Amino acid sequence: MADPDAAPIITVRNLTNRFGKTVVHKGLNLDVRRGEVLGVVGASGSGKSVLLRTIVGLQTPAEGKITVLGTDVLTAQGRDLRAVQNRWGVMFQDGALFSSLTVRENVAAPMRELLGIDAETRDALADLRIAMVGLKPQAGDLYPSDLSGGMRKRAGLARALSLDPEILFLDEPTAGLDPIGASEFDALIIALQKALGLTVFLVTHDLDTLHATCDRIAVLSEKKVLVTGTMAEMLQVEDPWVHSYFHGPRAHAALQAQGAI
Amino acid sequence: MALPSAADTPPALHGTAALTGPVTLATLPEVRAFLDERPGFSALDLSAVTALDTAGAWLIVTRSVAKGAEVPVTGASAAHGLLLQTVTDALPAPQKRTRRRAHHRAGDELAWMGAAVSGYGAVIGASLGFLGLVIARLGNTILHPSRLRFTALVHHMQQAGLNALPIVALMGFLIGIVLAFQGATQLKQFGAEVFVVNLIAVSILRELGILLTAIIVAGRSASAFTAAIGSMKMREEIDAMRVLGLDPIELLVLPRVLALVLMLPLLGFVANMAGLVGGGLMAWIDLGISPGMFRTQLLMDTDVSHLLVGLSKAPVFALIIGVVGCHQGMQVKGDTESLGRRTSSSVVIAIFLVIVVDALFSIFFAIWGV
Repeated sequence: MADPDAAPIITVRNLTNRFGKTVVHKGLNLDVRRGEVLGVVGASGSGKSVLLRTIVGLQTPAEGKITVLGTDVLTAQGRDLRAVQNRWGVMFQDGALFSSLTVRENVAAPMRELLGIDAETRDALADLRIAMVGLKPQAGDLYPSDLSGGMRKRAGLARALSLDPEILFLDEPTAGLDPIGASEFDALIIALQKALGLTVFLVTHDLDTLHATCDRIAVLSEKKVLVTGTMAEMLQVEDPWVHSYFHGPRAHAALQAQGAI
Repeated sequence: MALPSAADTPPALHGTAALTGPVTLATLPEVRAFLDERPGFSALDLSAVTALDTAGAWLIVTRSVAKGAEVPVTGASAAHGLLLQTVTDALPAPQKRTRRRAHHRAGDELAWMGAAVSGYGAVIGASLGFLGLVIARLGNTILHPSRLRFTALVHHMQQAGLNALPIVALMGFLIGIVLAFQGATQLKQFGAEVFVVNLIAVSILRELGILLTAIIVAGRSASAFTAAIGSMKMREEIDAMRVLGLDPIELLVLPRVLALVLMLPLLGFVANMAGLVGGGLMAWIDLGISPGMFRTQLLMDTDVSHLLVGLSKAPVFALIIGVVGCHQGMQVKGDTESLGRRTSSSVVIAIFLVIVVDALFSIFFAIWGV
């Protein structure tokens, strides 16, 4: 569990994102504390993925200030930016593996490009990552096109962990997985988070994942972070959208499954 | 950065190796060198380790418990202990890595050649099958003209035809200039400058105009067809059409092929005219053959059959380019690399086939006596 008084590892202040005339975020503020699992939820099109992409630098916002690990990532250049980039890992929705490389080469790629480690150690570390995310050792020799959706997600997670990051960004980690695979993935995220002391920024639609993994939840609505808090606090929120999100039939099923009701 | 050091621990054959400072991916080489200096240490002390990540844990685990040496690890904090345990559990069993080694044997080249030849045979067979399928659908469309996608047809006529007009006209103009210039220098030696008109007319109208137009269109449109259909294949749009009972050949391939069949003769005609203009201009400048003389000589000596022979090849070339482009697009598999490979091979195959068929046409017309 994260210490509530811990200094935030990511701070987003007054963020505004526009695509043409469409305003996605307006005056958005968010803190992520060190060592917590933060779940970001919101309706489709509310800009969850855009927020993730903005924090990791794939989208330049119109206004705002984003600090990650003490570095202002919007103004940092060159070495400073790379230094902080090496301290986070991003897992994209479908893994986004490099299709011309095997899984092992995919996982070893960040180490090969960014650190001067000999090939043998690199391969051994890549094999360790592959094993840690629950893939069979033989999967290392396969190409991404030979993998199932769940295996691609695991391989994507292994690549995100390649540089031993402090922050892990996950974009819909359980979308498209079968329920068994999804709950295994939840357990995997918790186990890795505990063992590696990661801070996890998790964008999801999956209520079971929210229940199972998240210390805190941030709800994106009306172009900003409407409310943040624990699951128990979410259930008390009066806002109609938040209420229907956490009290809908699916939410009840998920709560029951977790034994919360 | 505080590197691990062991000033307090003298290198001993049996002793405790005490690691200090961060043991992470960044300090991996230093920690490894430190451990290598102390072979046969009997215990590892982690009480002074400030930071540990999976790479560091991997090094500690492989040097302590995993090698069967059962070296006790002491002094790890709770968090570090958990990490060590996780890495120990996950550590893949050491397995023999089968390194691919290229053994060169005597018959290898022969086997490769055989595989390549049979591969080309299979490609030709598959392409012929696809051609048959397209022709069958074309016949079906002729019987039921209402099934033709008129909007798509017009769209592709614009894309592949109208938009190629400037480059094709420029190409024809320049080829006319080159032919006139080269022909003039040779024919001057015999005082037969006026026959440069026949040279330009016959070579451009019969061969070069339409052949070079087909090559340009193959480069422009075959690649575009492959890329468009290939990316639809990758995004499962083709599968979606099939399960909806829509025929991808009818929807995607026929409009493209028909558009080329209709537009390539027109493009070829434009190239021919531009070639004659370019050749006439150069003949005027270089040889002093006035446009009026050029026209008289052209109409007197050049039969219209040359133009018809040239243009009669255009629909066949168009069919080849369209079918090869679409067929390669249909062959794209799920990964991005195959899209690039198919796009480049579609251009190569289309140009190659166009030249081969042009040679066959030449032989055919020579025997026919046209």
